Amino acid sequence: MNRDSNKHTYIFSALMVVSVAFVLSFTSESLKDLQNANVKKEKMQNILSTVGINVTRDESELLYKDYISEELSLKSDGTIDSEINAFNINLALEVKKDLDIQRYPLYIANVENEKFYVIPLRGAGLWAEIWGYIALREDINTIKGVSFDHKSETAGLGAEITEDWFINSFNEEKIKDLQGEFVGIYVSKTNNDPENNDKTDNEIDAISGATITGDGVSDMITERVQNYLPYFNNITNE
Amino acid sequence: MSKEREPLFSKKNRALLTDPLDDDNPITVQVLGICSALAITVKLEPAVIMTLSVIFVMASSNVIVSILRDVIPTRIRIIVQLVVVASLVAIVDQFLKAYAYDVSKQLAIFIGLIITNCIVMGRLEAFALGNGVWKSFLDGVGNAAGYGWILIVVAFVRELFGSGELWGIPVIPQFIYDLGYADNGLMLLSPMALIVVGVYIWIQRYYNRKLIEKD
Repeated sequence: MNRDSNKHTYIFSALMVVSVAFVLSFTSESLKDLQNANVKKEKMQNILSTVGINVTRDESELLYKDYISEELSLKSDGTIDSEINAFNINLALEVKKDLDIQRYPLYIANVENEKFYVIPLRGAGLWAEIWGYIALREDINTIKGVSFDHKSETAGLGAEITEDWFINSFNEEKIKDLQGEFVGIYVSKTNNDPENNDKTDNEIDAISGATITGDGVSDMITERVQNYLPYFNNITNE
Repeated sequence: MSKEREPLFSKKNRALLTDPLDDDNPITVQVLGICSALAITVKLEPAVIMTLSVIFVMASSNVIVSILRDVIPTRIRIIVQLVVVASLVAIVDQFLKAYAYDVSKQLAIFIGLIITNCIVMGRLEAFALGNGVWKSFLDGVGNAAGYGWILIVVAFVRELFGSGELWGIPVIPQFIYDLGYADNGLMLLSPMALIVVGVYIWIQRYYNRKLIEKD
């Protein structure tokens, strides 16, 4: 056998490609259900964490049904599109569409007789996407809690947006200014309030060395939440 | 050509396992795989998972390439090695996503980067293509462990002094902070990994004089 002949090279490559393709697709297909279940449970876990229910990933599926009373998919004018299951909306694809044809998922939670609106977020960090959830109290101004996640922000810097000390600084902050206009939350580097005692300044303290990730968080909150204002106007005018 | 059968753990075979830990360490002596040593050594946990993944990938790819060493066409051998490594890495990634979801999220991009780790390709090219299956297996495990050992040392130092934690658990007591101690933010940045590796090389050569270049 001459292993450097063209024939041998072609046969070897063909066999290699076919067997590798087989092994990889077999692994991927047989693990797919487990992986999808993990993603789904994590999503429920993240939604619950924003309304103060901290559970493990495995418990999340049961408790999700207890606390989340409604899943709405909203049109850009604030009306409800009842044909689309909000939980199954893939925000990664949705944000690429034009604003007026997007569907906006909204989760309504009832925890100890308090009502919370949970809005999914998605935006850009430094290296890749960042996403998360923000829960608003019934006044549609005060933040109950947030959760963030990211694909590949820098460990120790941008990746810190998932940490409690950062997330907790959003609690009880307002998304509207004192005149009642929507402004969002600004992750600020020049904050005079690093302890975050002032909950009405619409600012939280930024992470040193993670400017672009922090700006991404600010932009993501402003851009996503403003799309829900028509719906909130509708329900407050009713 | 007939030789006496070599015992599984003969002195030579043991050296395949232990040399890369010190005398022939891929990072501190051969200076390979530095790039990932910078990236994933901010915290201990990802460094340990990375080490285990690299041990799996290097041991398996060395074995596979060693089995195929007489039929791999010489002209496309680099491509073949790359395909073997990339497939193994994809499999590791899939398994982590299914069974260790949290860890897989932490390592996300870095698992993929195992493919580009120069040590993996280096051992395939330099060792597995010319040696038997058992020897290649030992060589793979040894080199991956030598690489991982450095990752763990560097991650230990960086996490301890950079965030005051080990494995995510705070270990520096509050009263030390009260005395004015502060975590060193520089430790979290990549350059400090190079400096920590440099200090390790210095200490290693102090104790292991034969590594010092003569001229």
